[in-house]
Amino acid sequence: MLKVSDINVYYGAIHALKGISFHVEEGEIVSLIGANGAGKTTTMQTISGLLRSRTGSITFRDTEISKTEPHKIVRMGLAQVPEGRRVFSTMTVQENLEMGAYILSGKKGATTAQDLEMVFDRFPRLKERRRQVAGTLSGGEQQMLAIGRALMSHPSMLLLDEPSMGLAPLLVQEIFDCIQQVNKGGTTILLVEQNAKMALSVSHRAYVLETGTIVLEGPAADLLANDQVKHAYLGA
Amino acid sequence: MSFISQVLNGLGLGSIYALVALGYSMVYGIVQLINFAHGDIIMVGGYMVYLVLVVLGLPLWVAVLVSILVCAAVGILMEKLAYHRLLTKGSPRISLLITAIGVSIFLQNAFMLMFNSDPKSVPTLITRETLDLAGQSISITTLINIAVSVVMMVLLYLLVNRTKVGKAMQATSEDAGAAKLMGINTNRIITLTFAVGSALAAVGALLYCNAYPQISPTMGNLFGLKAFVAAVLGGIGSIPGAMIGGYLLGVAEILTKAYISSDFTDAVVFGILIVVLMVKPAGIMGKYRKEKV
Repeated sequence: MLKVSDINVYYGAIHALKGISFHVEEGEIVSLIGANGAGKTTTMQTISGLLRSRTGSITFRDTEISKTEPHKIVRMGLAQVPEGRRVFSTMTVQENLEMGAYILSGKKGATTAQDLEMVFDRFPRLKERRRQVAGTLSGGEQQMLAIGRALMSHPSMLLLDEPSMGLAPLLVQEIFDCIQQVNKGGTTILLVEQNAKMALSVSHRAYVLETGTIVLEGPAADLLANDQVKHAYLGA
Repeated sequence: MSFISQVLNGLGLGSIYALVALGYSMVYGIVQLINFAHGDIIMVGGYMVYLVLVVLGLPLWVAVLVSILVCAAVGILMEKLAYHRLLTKGSPRISLLITAIGVSIFLQNAFMLMFNSDPKSVPTLITRETLDLAGQSISITTLINIAVSVVMMVLLYLLVNRTKVGKAMQATSEDAGAAKLMGINTNRIITLTFAVGSALAAVGALLYCNAYPQISPTMGNLFGLKAFVAAVLGGIGSIPGAMIGGYLLGVAEILTKAYISSDFTDAVVFGILIVVLMVKPAGIMGKYRKEKV
C-alpha cells in the first residue's frame, strides 16, 4: 500500500535519513522504532509531504507522491496524527474534528455528523468536552482528539507519530487499544514510537531505525525476542 | 466643537486606521510577516480613485470597484512575486522584512513614474458637509467612515468564523503544518489573506479620499506606519484587536489635536504605543502563545 524506496532527507547540511526503504501492506500495523533523533518523525513528515527527499520514491497505492503537495496527499486517503498532537488549541473539540473533515465538507455525501458520532463513540470523553477549547484538554484527551480528527477524513492509511508521548501508562494502553480497533476497522497503520515494547506488542511487522538508517526489520514478535532489540530498546 | 464631536471625529479617522490595520494583522497572523508595503496599498487605492474619477471621468461606483480589485491584485502579486519563495524556503525573518521595505519603495517609485511626484487632488466622493445632530455638529464623512468600518468588520468576522475558508484561515494561522495535514492548501489561504487584507486597505483608501482631498505617492508612509501601530496596540494577529487599536489611535490623535497641539499628535500616537508595549507587550487583545508538552 505504501512503499518508500531509498529516501534521503537533509536539514541544511545535516543528513537526517540515509537511504531508507520500507513498505507497508494493506491491513497491516507496521512500527518504526528507534531512539530520539533516529529520524522517525522526519520519515513521517517526508511521507506526508511536509519535508522533501532528495532522492528515491514514495508510492501510495501505486501513485508516486514524493513530489505531491501535502494537502493533496491527505485527499488521497493518507492521514497523519503528528508528533505532539498539534490540535488547534483555540478551537473547540468539535471544531477540531470538523477541521479533520475539511476535505469532505461541502461535498455530496459528506457524513460529518455521523462521523462525529463515530469519534464520540470511540472517545466518550471528547463528547463530554465537545464545546471546550482544545488547548484546555489534558494531554491524553488531546491525543484522542488528534486521532479522532485524523479519522474524520476517512483515511485508508493512518500515520501515527509518537501517540504515547507524555501519557500515563493507563492512557497509553487505552490509545493502543484504540489503534488496534481502528486497524480492525480496515485502516492500515504506520506507527512511530519510542515506546518500543508497546509498539511491537500491537504491530504485525516493524523496522528499527538508528541515526537515519534501518538496521533491523522483521515480524514484531521476532523483534520482541531479538537480543539486540531487547538490550537497546526494551530495557532488558 | 464639543468633546463628543471630537471623539466621533476621532472614531472616523480611527476607522481608516482600523481598516488598514486589519491587513497588517491578518497577514502577520498567517505568515508572521510584518508587511511594510501594506501602507502603500492605500496609496494605490487613492491613485485608482484619481485615475477613474479625474483622468477617465467615470462614475464613483467604477472607482470603488477598480480600487478594490486593483488593490487586491497588487496584494496577491506582492505575495506571489516578492514573498512566496522566501516563505516556502523558510528564509530568516529579516530577509522578509527587508523585502517588504523594498516592495514599499518599489511601489512608491512606480507610482511616481506613472503619475509624477506632485500631490494630486481628488474630488469629493460623497459629501464633506456637516450635520447637526442633537446640538452636535458632526461631519457626514465621520458617520460614513464609522458605518463602513463596522460593516467591514462584521463581514470579516462572518468570513473568518462562519465559512469553510475562514476556518481554514484560522487553522493555518494557528499551525500551518497541522493545517496542511487536514488537507488545507495553505498557499491558497496565504494568497487569499493578502487579497482580503489589501481589499480592506482599498476601502480604507476610499474613506481617506472622501475625508482628505489630496493624495501623493508617499502618503502610505506615515499613514501605514500609524495603522501598523494600531495593529500592534490592539495585539498583532488579532482581528478585533486591529479594530480597537485603530479606533483608539484615531481618537487619541484627534483629541491631542483639539486640546493639546497638532504638533504633538505623532508624539502622542507613538507615546501610547510605548506605554502599551511596556504594560502589555502582546497588545490589548494579544495572546501569549502557550504550549502544552
